[in-house]
Amino acid sequence: MRFFEYESRRIVELSGIPVTEYGFCTTAAQAREAAERIGGPVVIKSQVLTGGRMKAGGVKFADTPEEAEGHAAEILELEINGHMPRGVLVDPKAEVKQEYYAGVVWDGTAKRPLMLFSDMGGIDIEEVAEKHPDHVGRGHVSNLLPISDFEAKQTVAGAGVTGSQLNRATAVLARLARLFRERDMTLAEINPLAELEDGSFVALDAHMEMEDEAKPRQKPLLEGELEIAPEDTREPYEPSDFERNVKAIDSADHRGVIQGKDHGFTGNLGLVIGAGGGSLTLTDAVRSQGGKPANYAEIGGNPSVSKACGLAKQVLLKDGVEKIAVMMSIVSNTRVDIVARGVIKACLELDKDPAETIAIFRIPGAWEEEGFKILDRYGVEYCDRSVSMWEAAGRAVEKIQGATA
Amino acid sequence: MSILLSKDTTFIVQGITGREAVNLTRECLDYGSKVVGGVTPGRKGREVHGVPVFDTVEQAVEHHGAPVDGSVVTVPPAFTKDAVLEAIENGIKLIVVVTERIPRGDVAQMVELAGMRGARIIGPNCLGVIVPGVCKMGGIGGPAKDAAKAYAPGPVGVMSRSGGMTTEISSSLTAAGLGVSTAVSIGGDAIIGSAYAELMPLFEADEQTEAIVIYTEPGGRMEAQLAEWVKENHSRLPIVAFMAGKFMDEEEMKGMSFGHAGTIVEGAEDTAAQKIARLQSAGITVVERIDEIPDAVKQKLGAIVGG
Repeated sequence: MRFFEYESRRIVELSGIPVTEYGFCTTAAQAREAAERIGGPVVIKSQVLTGGRMKAGGVKFADTPEEAEGHAAEILELEINGHMPRGVLVDPKAEVKQEYYAGVVWDGTAKRPLMLFSDMGGIDIEEVAEKHPDHVGRGHVSNLLPISDFEAKQTVAGAGVTGSQLNRATAVLARLARLFRERDMTLAEINPLAELEDGSFVALDAHMEMEDEAKPRQKPLLEGELEIAPEDTREPYEPSDFERNVKAIDSADHRGVIQGKDHGFTGNLGLVIGAGGGSLTLTDAVRSQGGKPANYAEIGGNPSVSKACGLAKQVLLKDGVEKIAVMMSIVSNTRVDIVARGVIKACLELDKDPAETIAIFRIPGAWEEEGFKILDRYGVEYCDRSVSMWEAAGRAVEKIQGATA
Repeated sequence: MSILLSKDTTFIVQGITGREAVNLTRECLDYGSKVVGGVTPGRKGREVHGVPVFDTVEQAVEHHGAPVDGSVVTVPPAFTKDAVLEAIENGIKLIVVVTERIPRGDVAQMVELAGMRGARIIGPNCLGVIVPGVCKMGGIGGPAKDAAKAYAPGPVGVMSRSGGMTTEISSSLTAAGLGVSTAVSIGGDAIIGSAYAELMPLFEADEQTEAIVIYTEPGGRMEAQLAEWVKENHSRLPIVAFMAGKFMDEEEMKGMSFGHAGTIVEGAEDTAAQKIARLQSAGITVVERIDEIPDAVKQKLGAIVGG
């Protein structure tokens, strides 16, 4: 889950890292008030969950509260990469002596958080790492032992920083690493971390992402401190009706799991497929053989007949879907007969002939004899494990191409 | 021989009274595995298919009267870390974590403690390990008769980020007359206890294993790590890889997760195309189609025999 900048700033502030006084505003009038309160030149920043806002005109400077109000009004109406802003952040325009970068990410290979520090802040850290590797300090921290200041110090020193700056930056990076661990972040970045003219360090911009799996235990932060509503899930895009409906069917019944996605899929072959790895393999197999999937789906964990039926129905109700392919890797928990019943029921309830509508049924494994008997009764073409997932996908593609040719 | 498990391997099931765990226990017992106890706090004194249930791992180990080799952990995500730490601190050296949706921080803690105590974690978000005809630890392959159908003993070691695909691939190796030495469902999360490169030394030392098949997906650096390992260690084992989720390289799929929690393209190194290139650079054969795996393995084995 990604946080807006104003939320990230609050998270940073809660961990004891200094930030400049800032105001989150949803109207131009509020922005004017914030600028008045701050006094002096301010910067107005669009609050969107996407990068590139500077280029898009989502960041503007103002010398007076009137100017701030005008800029805020424009930015509030400005769509960036398909995202409308949640509001604007009004921040004093700081007198910066030097910009730094402080970040913590997961290193999946080492299985530990990795601290990163650079004295070249304000730009993308990956770019700095590539072009100026000697300006990036790195250091892993333990998941079990307390995070000590010296670990942060080594990382800051690794970027070639010394003097009073080393000591100030160490305190910030150590707090950021502790925050990363305590708040279950997957990314915690302060960029730029600014050294002001008086030598103090403040976070001017922050970017935080939290692991979705940890949201239940981070409720006090999410709902308490940040007042984020539980339904505000921050998907990378607006879910479609198909996606919403499948989700609703899934949550209505605890038995098994179904998932459906159609963002980026526009084809005519509906996929009722599973499980995790099977779905990835089958989607590729359909595409590689010239098929155009209408959606992505996952069936797993032995869903009920009504759940399997619900997924198949939603796929069949999608615009342009003529046939569905029902395919899975060999199942040992999900029952073949239950999925067979579910997809046939979906066809019948929509007044469609299962034999015509189901291009292929390829689910081998638990209860397959029972499943195949049911499919026989309705004249649906099925196959067992002797037909590979690739071949089954190919047959489905052939059928739909034959139908539309 | 085999890796990780043998006919004498003993293990317990933590969370044994849960619905899935009851099935899994039945399946493992039917397959001939030695399930010597189960743990569900507050349920001491019960039995699951004849396996005694205890409140603590300590009690289960004490009742067994000898060190217990392994534990299958299948408890809700909020309690998994504690259960795994309990297993490690009671001397258990092989822990299969079935549970999914565990926060990464918890997984990293378990893995770090396991490293300190000389224990190994398989998973999380996995189906376990099977040595065909010898022992099955976890739900891998399903009921004993289904597992027997998909897994015959043979020379191929299988490692897969997908539990279901472990069985699909093994079944095709069995049907082709090759068979499997040990199959490991390594788990689908971003951080797992044992990645490909961490299991390779075990397969390398196993006399039965003559080739490796891996099933991979976009997301993470596990494949790059394997490629590096193979290059550095001059592995004797030919490797055939299959990459699923190539459609995720499309621009509109970036940042979306499919299939497993760890399957998400976040950086340039995570894409299917990049991973395929890295694997190939280490001499690993990457097949385009899932059904090309058995022939590719035969070819590689033939090349060794012929050479």
